[in-house]
Order: sequence, then C-alpha cells, then structure tokens
Amino acid sequence: MKLKINGREYEIVSGPGTTLLDVLRYELRLTGTKEGCGTGSCGSCTVLVDGKAINSCLVIVGEVEGKEITTIEGLSRQGKLHPLQQAFINEGAVQCGFCTPGILLTAKAFLDSNSHPTESQIRQAIAGNLCRCTGYDKIVRAIMSVADS
Amino acid sequence: MTSTRSIGKFEYKKPGSLRTTLRILSNKGADARILAGGTDLIPQIKQGQISPSLVLDVKNVPELNRLDWNEDRGLRIGAAVPLSKLLTFVAISERYSILAQACSVIGSMQIRNRGTIGGNICNAAPSADSAPALLCLGARAIVASKNGNRKINLDDFFMAPGKTSIGADELLVEIEVPTPPAHSAGCYMRHTTREEMDIAVAGVASFLTIAPRSKKLKEVRIALGAVAPTPLRVHGAEALLIGKSVTERIIEEVAEEAAEEAKPISDIRASAEYRRELVKVLTRRTLWKSCEMLGIEIQR
Ligand SMILES: Cc1cc2nc3c(=O)[nH]c(=O)nc-3n(C[C@H](O)[C@H](O)[C@H](O)COP(=O)(O)OP(=O)(O)OC[C@H]3O[C@@H](n4cnc5c(N)ncnc54)[C@H](O)[C@@H]3O)c2cc1C
Ligand code: FES
Ligand code: FES
Repeated sequence: MKLKINGREYEIVSGPGTTLLDVLRYELRLTGTKEGCGTGSCGSCTVLVDGKAINSCLVIVGEVEGKEITTIEGLSRQGKLHPLQQAFINEGAVQCGFCTPGILLTAKAFLDSNSHPTESQIRQAIAGNLCRCTGYDKIVRAIMSVADS
Repeated sequence: MTSTRSIGKFEYKKPGSLRTTLRILSNKGADARILAGGTDLIPQIKQGQISPSLVLDVKNVPELNRLDWNEDRGLRIGAAVPLSKLLTFVAISERYSILAQACSVIGSMQIRNRGTIGGNICNAAPSADSAPALLCLGARAIVASKNGNRKINLDDFFMAPGKTSIGADELLVEIEVPTPPAHSAGCYMRHTTREEMDIAVAGVASFLTIAPRSKKLKEVRIALGAVAPTPLRVHGAEALLIGKSVTERIIEEVAEEAAEEAKPISDIRASAEYRRELVKVLTRRTLWKSCEMLGIEIQR
C-alpha cells in the first residue's frame, strides 16, 4: 500500500489494519508524532489528513490510502519554521515538548479554517490536546499571535 | 522497513458502492463490523472488546455521504458524514439548533472530524449526545439490506446498551430529521465532570411547540441520556405539559416526573441518586431555556 505523507509517497509493508500512528512511528520512523493515551483523549498523535486534524491512534492506514497526510515533520518548509512553530518558541509555549507536535498541527488546521478566532475559540479548538506542563496560557498566546499577524 | 502489527486479525474492505456493501453484509454480516469514523469502533477493537473478522469501511459509499435539506423531506444526514461537516451545514444552524448544540459537544475537533452521527446512534451508548436531540426532533433511521429499505423511528431504535434494532445484514444509510414545526424551540444540556472531552453523566433535551396565539403548549418532547440502558423519552413528563400554559409550578412537576421516569445506575461517574437529581435540574433548565427561546413568559 502507498501513503502520501508530507508530499512524498511511501510504499509501506504494514497491513491496512495497522494504526496510522504505528506506521508513522515504527515503520517509517517519523517519530515526531507522539503516542500518549492511544484512545483519542490526549491529542499528542494528531496529524492532518486532507488538512483536517485527526487522532492517528484511532485511524487505520487502510482508511487513509490516497489521502494527503501531514505530520509535524512536514510543517516547516525548506528549513524555515512555520509561523506557529516560531511563535511557540517566541512565547515559550514549549516545556517538555511531548504535546507540541499535536498542538501545532491542531492549531494549523484550525487557523486555516478560521484565521481570526477569539481566544475562547482557540481554547475550544485545542480542547482535545492535553498539555501537562504549560498550563495552556502561553500556547494560547502563541496561537493568538499568529492569528493576529 | 519493518512492518508493524495490525490492531486485530481482520480483513479490511472499503467498497465504493451501496450494492457491494449490502452484498458483503448479506454474506458476512454476523462476523463483520461497519467502520464509519472509527472513534468508537477502533478503541473497541484495540481493547479486545470485539474481534470482527471483517472491518467494512463505508466512507466511500456515495449514498452515505449525502447531506441535504428541503422543507418537505427535512434534513437527511448520510451515515458517513463527519460531525464537523454536519456542524458547518447552514440548514443545521438555522433550523436544527438543538441538534447542532448536541453534536458540537461530542469529543474534540479531532473526534468530530472523524466521528459521525450515524456511528453515535449505532454504537448505542446510553450517553450518546446526539440521541436525546434526535428523539425530540422525531428522527428516523433509514436502513438498507439486500432485501430493501426500511425506516425505523428513533423511538424504536435503541434496544440496550450497545444494541440497536438494526440487523447484522443491515446498514444505516441515513438519518432523516423532519423540519421542525413553526413556533417550536428546544435545547440540550448535559452534565460532565470536565467541561470538554467528557462523557455525559446525564443529559436532557427538551423541545416545545406552542400555539402562537394562546401560547399554550401543543407538542412537548423531553428525552434523557445516560440515565437508563438506552436514551429515552419520558412520556409521562411530556403529557403533563400538553395543552397547558407554562407556570413555574408545572415545570417543577414535570422535572420531578422526568426524574421519576429515569432508570439510572451507579457507576464510576456518579451514583444513581445524583443522576436522578441531575435529570430534575437539567429538565427544569432546558424547559426554562426553551420557553425563553419561544418568548413565553413563565407564570409564577
Ligand atoms: C476521546 C473521545 C471522546 C468522545 N466524546 C464523546 C462525547 O462527548 N459524546 C458522545 O456521544 N460520544 C463521544 N465519543 C464517542 C464517539 O466519538 C461517538 O459516538 C461518534 O459519534 C461515533 O461515530 P463514528 O463514526 O466514529 O463511529 P464508528 O466507531 O465508526 O462506529 C460506531 C458503531 O456503529 C456502527 N456503525 C457505524 N456506522 C454504521 C452504519 N452506517 N450502519 C450500521 N452500523 C454502523 C459500527 O459498526 C460501530 O459498532 C467519544 C469518543 C472518543 C474516542
Ligand atoms: S495517543 Fe492518540 S489521542 Fe492520545
Ligand atoms: S509541554 Fe509538556 S505536555 Fe505540553
């Protein structure tokens, strides 16, 4: 089966019943995508499928054959960080970093569909992404700063 | 490259037509599981609660991706339409606010991008958030098998936790929701321990239709979630209101009756007593709110 990830085509050997998360991490060694709960509750496995944020722990690869998949490895372009990544650095919105790839992708998908959100809309959009370190304020501020600019 | 393990020993199929899907179901229905968004099914397979030999992905079936509205037929929601798509459909926010409200509290953005209203009702959790609103709106499930179609009123759809009246060789094609009558309004409220991303401890939907001049109640629907083996309407409580003008006293009686008709259990989320109390409070609040939406003044 072939998967399209970050604009590149990968031939994979895992069967269609393997989770997208496992294929990314263990077959393709794209380990930027994290596994927290494995049950859809924490958002650390978030990737984009055709531009929409989804939990890769709840999707099997048969379902995403032929779709455009974006992982955190595909967010920067030609060595240049995405504005959201830069904003997270500027605001100090990263501590241990485990939640960061998922939150960045959730935020990207959200801003793509709503470029001028309110703070409470941002908080709702990231409700499916748990962060055990930052207390969310800096994360929300970082996303706000990109939305405003 | 190393291959990684499948979450179960099953064959995966993704047919592109309704006909093929129904043929497969008629041959293999009993061992197959239908996959829509997978937000209930995948965790159940991962945790070993079920081990189907065939997972039938229905997301490529055109009939299950339809979403349309017209005055006469009402709203038709294909069983594979993701909740997030449903929530951006204009007719929903304009005419079915109770349903929009119920669907918008399901899971997270990620969950709503995958999960469907069809999966929500077919999974038949007592706490399914879309169910009380759909019961209030008089929704019907359109179900197909190789032998033809049938319509099931949602009142006859839920049988037990995790069990519906859909047969093993049948497929939910769409949910039909009639256009709400003029002078009607309603809302859904649920109680959760966390504000977001939590399963309802109790949920109540109320939906009222009034006679425009007398302001008396013509039709009343009240449905509960998470307080019985299935989502259910409380007919006794509804009957107390029909033909009446709304007073504070009647609302209290109705709320008490709704709590009486609930059949809650105690579990890790809450005790049965607490759930009953929540039904009373949420029934009262949804009725007040619905009256406010209709511009009815509640007499003291
Ligand atoms: C983190 C998390 C949070 C959640 N929060 C909520 C919440 O707040 N409220 C809530 O109500 N639910 C919640 N859920 C449960 C779930 O997301 C919803 O029930 C969702 O609507 C299920 O839809 P699905 O398309 O993903 O269903 P699937 O998992 O694809 O299917 C569910 C069941 O229905 C059957 N089925 C699906 N489609 C059909 C069909 N067309 N015909 C016949 N059978 C079919 C499947 O075989 C399966 O048994 C949550 C789940 C997770 C993981
Ligand atoms: S690992 Fe997927 S949501 Fe937690
Ligand atoms: S930075 Fe540690 S979990 Fe968010």
